[in-house]
Amino acid sequence: MSLDLAAVRYRYAGSSSVALGPVDLRVEPGMVVGVAGANESGKTTLCLVAAGMAPGVIGGRIEGSIVVDGVDAATLRPHELAQRCGLLFQRAATQLTHTTATVFEEVAFGPCNLSLAADEVVERVWWALGALGIEALAPREPTRLSGGQGQLVALASVLALRPKYLILDEPTSELDPAGTALVADALVRAARETGAGILLVEHKTDVLARIADEMVVLDRGSVAMRGPVADILGDVRLADLGVEAPAKVRLARDLQAAGADFTAELASALG
Amino acid sequence: MERSPLVPDPGSAASSPGLPRNLGLPEYVTRRPSGFYRTLNPATKLAIAALEVVTVFLVPGWLGPIAVLLVLAVVAAASHTMRALAVIGLAASPLVISIMVVNLFILPGAVDPIFRAGPIAPTWSGLWFGLLTSTRLLVFSSAVALAYVTTPVDDLLADMSRRGLGRRGVFVVGAAVQMVPRTIERVGEIMDAQRARGMDTEGRIWRRARAIVPLAAPVVFGALTEVEERTMALEARAFTAPGRQTQLRVPADRSRDRALRWAALLALAGVVVLRLSGRVG
Repeated sequence: MSLDLAAVRYRYAGSSSVALGPVDLRVEPGMVVGVAGANESGKTTLCLVAAGMAPGVIGGRIEGSIVVDGVDAATLRPHELAQRCGLLFQRAATQLTHTTATVFEEVAFGPCNLSLAADEVVERVWWALGALGIEALAPREPTRLSGGQGQLVALASVLALRPKYLILDEPTSELDPAGTALVADALVRAARETGAGILLVEHKTDVLARIADEMVVLDRGSVAMRGPVADILGDVRLADLGVEAPAKVRLARDLQAAGADFTAELASALG
Repeated sequence: MERSPLVPDPGSAASSPGLPRNLGLPEYVTRRPSGFYRTLNPATKLAIAALEVVTVFLVPGWLGPIAVLLVLAVVAAASHTMRALAVIGLAASPLVISIMVVNLFILPGAVDPIFRAGPIAPTWSGLWFGLLTSTRLLVFSSAVALAYVTTPVDDLLADMSRRGLGRRGVFVVGAAVQMVPRTIERVGEIMDAQRARGMDTEGRIWRRARAIVPLAAPVVFGALTEVEERTMALEARAFTAPGRQTQLRVPADRSRDRALRWAALLALAGVVVLRLSGRVG
């Protein structure tokens, strides 16, 4: 059981250049795979391809295969794929429907689309809100939330479809440090509570250091580095690929460069 | 059947994170407004608004607008919406002023000047026609606004869905209704951004007018580029799944609603027939 991308290459409609690929990637249930890379390295394209939006919804041309738990994603219709691979975008504002009066109904939008019985819709909504610890937002108006809260509601809306895999495209990119911490905490909680496989594109490497198990670094559409997250984030080549190391790693390097007594205890404290 | 990792195992710690004991719909979803007019079914309010609009424009002279205005005043007072209607009336004031000015001074065929000052000659006919047209406009907008401010958008959408309008149609109506506040919000964001870059949006009218272009372009192009992401976001939430959407909120449709709708439709037909037959006007 896994989400597998094998030799995937993708071109946007009307473009002659390859935006992504070749990429081979595997996400297993319970695993968090972080993705980083410089601007235009193909991170968002990878998300769209993995979730079946490209070419399924936006067109374009794809080569290679995407297999979700043994099923070729190309054979699945968008609503079938949505129940296997949930996709979260950068901006909460464009993901909310703007047609619901409460967060509860916003989160219920997806399950209602599946024509589930009302009891099951209600159960799923409470479960999704509970998985992120945001039950208190349920009566609030979706359009009157902070950026971080809005992103959590968008994530709960995706969770309510109970996909096996979550594909998150820079969910904290428009958030301040408080909002980033809010979403990062919720992602840790969601990963623990749900056991879903998560593909997390994130340029804030501190978030990746905290959440991810493995990591991939993209460069001009291809995989430049991959491995356990601690190894990748500690690799000095990361800066050459336009990715800033986490604050802890930079601090440790600065301390070492300054000749500080970098003890094992300090290294451990820095994570 | 295989269980999704996101489907909790019954009895596990993860099975019900924060799950309330009572699984029923929360009160804020099933809430009902209070008061006679507010509790009418959305379709009933739309039928009444349609009758009012047709009466305002098809019954000639002051009879139609005045009759509807009286009805609206009573309903607005009873439903505590006078303030909202006053705001909407204020918003229509630029249009009303322009109607008055145009008709007062250049109504074709008007030959009864109130006074003459060189080439300027406002007419009595223009004044009355401008007043009548403005009143019709205000009553028309108030009739539509009254239905709008007394009907939660989600109730309207739920009722449309219940009556068989497809999920695409319901979504389009909902998005259109919500477009106004969303656009106002976006204009505010862009205006703040442009101000931060030195654009002057305060002061005299010509300065404000000059600021429209750098505001309008980002609003329009931003809305267009948002469409693709919103489309994908809807797909990611199974919007195109087959079958009928589950309804969590079902607005009441009582016998009084059906009676009122029939009465409004019959009255509307009556007004049209009388107008066409020439018995009024």
